[in-house]
Amino acid sequence: MNNLISKAKELLEGKAVHVVIGYEAGPTGVARPAFITDPSGADMLIYDDRCVQNLAVYLTKPEVKSLGRMAIVANLPVMRSIMMLISEQQLFAESIVVLGISDKGDLLDIADIQVMQAYIEKSDLSNPARDREPLTALNKLSPGERFSYWQKELSRCIKCYACRQACPMCYCTRCTVEVNQPQWIPVQSNTLGNMEWHILRAMHLAGRCISCGECGRSCPVGIPCHLLTMHLVDQVHDYFNIYAGTSDKMSSVLSTFEPNDKESFII
Amino acid sequence: MSDFEPKVVAFVCNWCTYAGADLTGTSRIKYASNVKIIRFPCTGRIDFMLLLKAFANGADGIIVSGCHPNDCHYTSGNFHAKRRWIVFKELMDFMGIDMNRITFSWVSAAEGARWAEVVNTTVARIRELGPYVSYKEMVNRPVEEEVRNE
Repeated sequence: MNNLISKAKELLEGKAVHVVIGYEAGPTGVARPAFITDPSGADMLIYDDRCVQNLAVYLTKPEVKSLGRMAIVANLPVMRSIMMLISEQQLFAESIVVLGISDKGDLLDIADIQVMQAYIEKSDLSNPARDREPLTALNKLSPGERFSYWQKELSRCIKCYACRQACPMCYCTRCTVEVNQPQWIPVQSNTLGNMEWHILRAMHLAGRCISCGECGRSCPVGIPCHLLTMHLVDQVHDYFNIYAGTSDKMSSVLSTFEPNDKESFII
Repeated sequence: MSDFEPKVVAFVCNWCTYAGADLTGTSRIKYASNVKIIRFPCTGRIDFMLLLKAFANGADGIIVSGCHPNDCHYTSGNFHAKRRWIVFKELMDFMGIDMNRITFSWVSAAEGARWAEVVNTTVARIRELGPYVSYKEMVNRPVEEEVRNE
């Protein structure tokens, strides 16, 4: 942590970056995102188990981008998000400094994008262990049971779209749900519209989700909507052998194809 | 439910399956009249939301059909569609939506008889499954009732 603070201070003092995006402890002790623009503020930076948010979501926000060149405290999911954003041309690799954090909480020396790619490639890219258990349990249920499980869960959805706002991959300035000619997703919360929204979200993240679980964590009514995208992470890996966010040059799974993609249901 | 007539919506591509369905007609082959055909420029144009809207508007079954792989008028539209349907099918399965109600097929412009067969087998299967009650219930549930149940 001391390494992180001194590194952030050094970057800000040398004007190498204008803002450091990291975590600070909030008044109740909960970690919250911090945007540090002054070298003296770097002492507030923390990194421990409380720091769970995916900070990469701020890299595409105009309010943050307008501050200038950015440095970001990045654990594995954040690094993979950065890779995805670069590959989708939402971010220039040169415009950010990555303060990489290893699994054990140590500061990594991420000099450039190749170093980051090498680090990502030797990490475990499958879904986190805590989410694999509910995924397996759900897959064991019958289709009818799964239908009623999701009906019950999604009936709580209040259409606040926190899942979308928290997701670094959901950066569209005009989302399909804001389109009203035609109105694809009903504005009010009802079971059908809630389900359509979550199907739409999962489909738009298929092959792009990097398994950070931020959508489920941000849900104010506790819908495990991250399981939908994580299920597709598994499926995309099974069918196409691709994990998202592994290279700055990868193309999106659903906008490319292999002529020999295997399926067994098209007659 | 002997008087149940399934409503089936077919999303087809202009260049292969639509022409194939035309051939079925000009060849005077009879097939189930339950199907309502919607013509698209390409299978690559068929958004998954359109399928959901078909169910929401009362369809009991859906057919999605286009050119065989390598025969796409736009070279690669059907390959893109194939990837999308693989992912879509897995997501629908995970959410417990009955994938037996959706038929994905490749039917070329020369396969008039095959189009009749695809429609007939799909309609027969949907007839056996009955109306899509669980989806219709969800559509018709009034918002007030949901609020009361909170």
